[in-house]
Formats: sequence, structure tokens, C-alpha cells
Amino acid sequence: MYRYDEFDHTFVEERVAQFREQVARRLSGELTEDEFKPLRLMNGLYLQLHAYMLRVAVPYGTLSSQQMRKLAHIARRYDKGYGHFTTRQNIQFNWPKLEEAADILAELAEVEMHAIQTSGNCIRNVTADHFAGAAADEIEDPRVTAEVIRQWSSLHPEFSFLPRKFKVAVTGASNDRAAIKVHDIGLQMVRDARGRAGFKVIVGGGLGRTPLIGETIREFLPKRYLLSYLEAILRVYNELGRRDNIYKARIKILVKEIGAKAFAEMVEKEWQFLKDWDVDLPDEEFARIQAYFAPPPFDDLPAVTASFEAQRFENRDFARWVRNNVDAHKAPGYAIVTVSLKPEGGVPGDATAAQMEAVADLAARYSFDEIRVSHEQNLVLAHVRQADLYAVWQGLIAAELASANAGLISDIISCPGLDYCNLATARSIPVAQRISRRFADIERQHDIGGLKLKISGCINACGHHHVGHIGILGVDKKGQEFYQITLGGNADENAVLGRIVGPAFSYDTVVDAVETIVDTYLGQRRNGEAFNQTLARVGFDPFKEKLYAPH
Amino acid sequence: MTAQIVTANRLGDGAVIYLGRDDIWGERLGGAAVARSQDEAAALLARAEAPAHRTNVVGPYLMDVIDEATAPRPASNRENIRALGPTVRSDLGRQAEIPGRR
Repeated sequence: MYRYDEFDHTFVEERVAQFREQVARRLSGELTEDEFKPLRLMNGLYLQLHAYMLRVAVPYGTLSSQQMRKLAHIARRYDKGYGHFTTRQNIQFNWPKLEEAADILAELAEVEMHAIQTSGNCIRNVTADHFAGAAADEIEDPRVTAEVIRQWSSLHPEFSFLPRKFKVAVTGASNDRAAIKVHDIGLQMVRDARGRAGFKVIVGGGLGRTPLIGETIREFLPKRYLLSYLEAILRVYNELGRRDNIYKARIKILVKEIGAKAFAEMVEKEWQFLKDWDVDLPDEEFARIQAYFAPPPFDDLPAVTASFEAQRFENRDFARWVRNNVDAHKAPGYAIVTVSLKPEGGVPGDATAAQMEAVADLAARYSFDEIRVSHEQNLVLAHVRQADLYAVWQGLIAAELASANAGLISDIISCPGLDYCNLATARSIPVAQRISRRFADIERQHDIGGLKLKISGCINACGHHHVGHIGILGVDKKGQEFYQITLGGNADENAVLGRIVGPAFSYDTVVDAVETIVDTYLGQRRNGEAFNQTLARVGFDPFKEKLYAPH
Repeated sequence: MTAQIVTANRLGDGAVIYLGRDDIWGERLGGAAVARSQDEAAALLARAEAPAHRTNVVGPYLMDVIDEATAPRPASNRENIRALGPTVRSDLGRQAEIPGRR
């Protein structure tokens, strides 16, 4: 993991001291709310429905056990005993007090964390594949790139007041687990004809009010030009992105309006000007950062672990959990564990302080002291020996974190919705809870197979509903909550936006509608087709007929 | 006109508060001063925005209420949730303090 150097430490500590003084000036009345609001937002402190909300950055979703224990401590000491892991791999605390906000930031600084770049029209916290450094299909660990971008973008003087917020996602693998095509910039590591690693550069993706899949503007960018090329993109956006209309201010609108080809030409022209100006990282500095992400000291193990295979054979529940929550690791004898934060009837992404500590303990003991937060609102232990999987599973059972549902219908992405969020127009969490209860039978979930269900409580789409196989968008219609359903979306390397199936459903009927969709899929499915494959073959009509048939 | 009250968040902890008849902010919606005409609403909001409140109140605004004989009730789902707490956690928010709601 990356460790702060003296400059990082000094910078974060100075920032805490500045904010402490700013809070004192606000509380004394010296600063008005209009003056103070941008200052608190630059430190991740929002004001939501019930209270302040502190969004803490988890760079590229990677945490040490020590950091996770600190988050648990903050949840217990300053909040109400829990935290909420978000679709941007961050964590939010829903009940902090302004009076204690600087104390929280000081506690975070002790473990090399902060809340900078979690708000405002800047380059936000960079996200990455949550299987980074462990995935078998990876070219290189994308977190090196993400950390380089983090250092370059933090308080970048030219890009701190962009037309709108700016999100970058990176994957080092061919299978996209980071949803890079729905980010302002998506970077995918690829190799050129000579085998050299570089990036495919995708620009202009995004969800929200105007959902768009990103366009590839460069098939191969040599690694050494990463920062100059990003700077060229940001410069074109910063100059031409709209500032007169918040709904048209994201880069996706600019790319759509002028066209990806024209945008790419502008970027290339700017890049030709920039690329020899020492914007790029010197090789030795890149190597310094890369060293922090060196693979952990894996033991030389056989690919198959006999004790693990025996445990899996003897215990059906364990086998079921392994089947869904354990993925192949690039190192023989190791595995990747997804810790589901989606228990039956639970709040997607929420974890209690005790659960955070339990995961921290398991990571310290079994996964080289490292934890990941996924954009699907789960946690990941990335480097577990197969021989330790049973013990990890036992530990997760004790912490009530052993739901064997990763990737299944109850592994729902859900934004906080109207239960917490100031922007929301409808509740999303209780819909997720009701769906997870309706499909509680794990055998039934396995029969349905992999199915991504995503729920947003407003058009801003923090719950990624456009790219769910089944997407649900909560809307307000004359004071009543209604839910619009989209089908056929996908967030991976074949990203596509779902299409609305028909008129919206009420709060009371939306779960029945989801069940009807699933039953229709099962009735139409052939030869183990995935949901989107069946949908592509049969079209929307069978679903519409069942959903809107007169009773 | 729909009856209205003024709500805001308390500066120090962000708690949901309402402007009372005595110009004191409180957490009880039932204690809020009710405006029943546009003139009364404008006057009520002007009182809420007075300089004296700026050091303890954030973002005051008018919200619609159902004006019942005993006490006003929020007219919207959003304000109902603000008044009580998250519908998914009855142990959080003001609802946690109301007997019989947990």
C-alpha cells in the first residue's frame, strides 16, 4: 500500500488545522454559511436530511486493517456505530457533528486518510478494480496508475474549479469490474503489438440525468504519457465545458455535442503541446510509487489445496459461499474473498463498527493486512490462502457477514435515497430490503444465477440503475413514490444502458414487478443463458406482457 | 393557501429544527409556528432569516404542513422523513425518542 511521505503528512495535518479554524470561525459567526459551505465541502462535509454527512476518501478502494479499525472507531466515537460504503469506494458517516468534524479529520490523518476530493467540482477520488493486484486477468495493478493520478490531481491548481465534478476509474484487466465506461475518464490497461503496457483511454461516460457510455479516444497511450494526456483532456474540458448550465456541465455533454472524433483531435493537439513539458512523471518517481504496490510475499503453493477441497466437499453451506463469494487469484493456492454487505433485509453497503473491526482482524490475519471496498458496496479480502478460506468464512459468520450472495439478485447496489439524501426524490433502501427478503431463499437465487440489480432514489443515479440488468429509479409523482424499471443494462466491458420497460410501479407493487421480471426470465431462459442474453433473444415484449397484463 | 412552517438544520450538529411561536428553534415539529397566509409565511421566513439566528441555524426554508387542530404534520414524504428519521432505522432520528415508534 502507498504510505504518506513527509510532504503528504504535513499537507494533511495543515489541512486539518485550517479546517479546525474555519469551523471555529463559522460557529462564532465570523463566517456566514455561504462563506463556509464551500470550505466544508472541500473537506467532505455535506449537510443532508437529518444531519451532516462526512464522506471519507478511500483511494482506489484500498484500506489497511489499521485504517479500517480507525473507521470503526470514528463510527463508534463520533457517529452512531456504523458507516455506509458507497458506489465510489468511499465511506460515509451519516451523523457527525460540525463541532467534532475537525477532530474526526485529525483522527483520519493519524492513519493517512482524509476527506479531500470527495466533493466539489474537482477531480474526485480515483476508483479502481477492487480485485487489483489479485485478479488472474490483470496486465498490471491499476492502483499504481490510480495513485499517480491521485497525487497529480490533489489540489491541482488548474483543475480545482472545473465546470463540474470529474471522476476517473482505472482497470488493469480485460474484464471490467470498475465500470470504467460510465466515468468521465476510464482507463483500461492494454498491450500494444510489441507487448508494451499502456492505456486505452475512454472519455465522456456517465450516468445521471443524461446517461452515456464513454467513447474511446485513444486505443493505446504509452504509460509514460499518462499525466500529460490526462492534462490535455482536462484542459480541453476546462476550456469548453459549459458553466452556464449545471445539467450540461459534465464532460460527457461536451463529448456528445462536438463528437468523440473532434474531441480526440482537440486533445491530441493540446497533448502535442504538453507532452514534452515535463508534465509526465519521471521514471524513477513512477518506480517509487510502483514499489508500494509490489505483490505481497505469497508462499509457493500448489494450485489446488487438498484441505480446502475436502472442506468444500463436506460442508454445503461453505461450498455455496465459496461458489459465489470466492474468485480465482493469480497466485496458485490463493483466492479472492468478497465479503457481502448485503445480508437479507439489510441496508446495502452498511457495516457496523464491530463488523469493520471483524473484517480488519480477518485481513490482518489472513490477507496481508489489506481490505478493498468495491463499487458494488461490498468489501474484499484480496489475498487469502485457500487453506484459510474455511477459517475466514467462520470469522465472517461470527460477524454476520457471510451472506453467500455476491453477484446474485440480492447483492443489490442501492444509493441512500430519501432516507438520508437531500437530493433524493424517493426511497431506495427499503425497496432493496424488500427485494432481498423476497428472494431470501439462497437456492432460488442460485437458480436465477448472476443478476445485477441496481437502485437509485433520484435521477442523479448514484445507484447506477442505468447499468443494472434490472435497474430501478425512484421518482416522486404528486407526492407518491413510484419506481421506473429499466432492463438490459450492463456496467462491464460490454457496457450498455438499460431501457425503460414501461410505466412506473408504485412502492407497494415494485417488488412484485421485479419478481415477475425474474419469473419471466426463468420461463424464457434457454441453456443457462444470463439475464441479458435472454432479454436480447426474446426482446421486451414477454416482460411487458407479464408486467402490464390486465388482471 | 397550504399552511406552512419554517424548518432548518442546527449549525452545530445538523439536527432538524423548526421555528417556534416564540422565535426559538426546537426539534419538535408540533411546537412550530404556523403561517396560514402568504403574508404570514413571508413574515415567518423573515424572522427565521434574522441575523440573530445565523450563528445557530443553516438554510431555513418554508415547508408545507397539514394544519391539524392538535399540531401540524408534514405534508410531504421528504419532510416526514426529516421529522422522524430514516424509515429503515427506527432507532435513529427523532422517532427513536417517541414512545411506541421503535
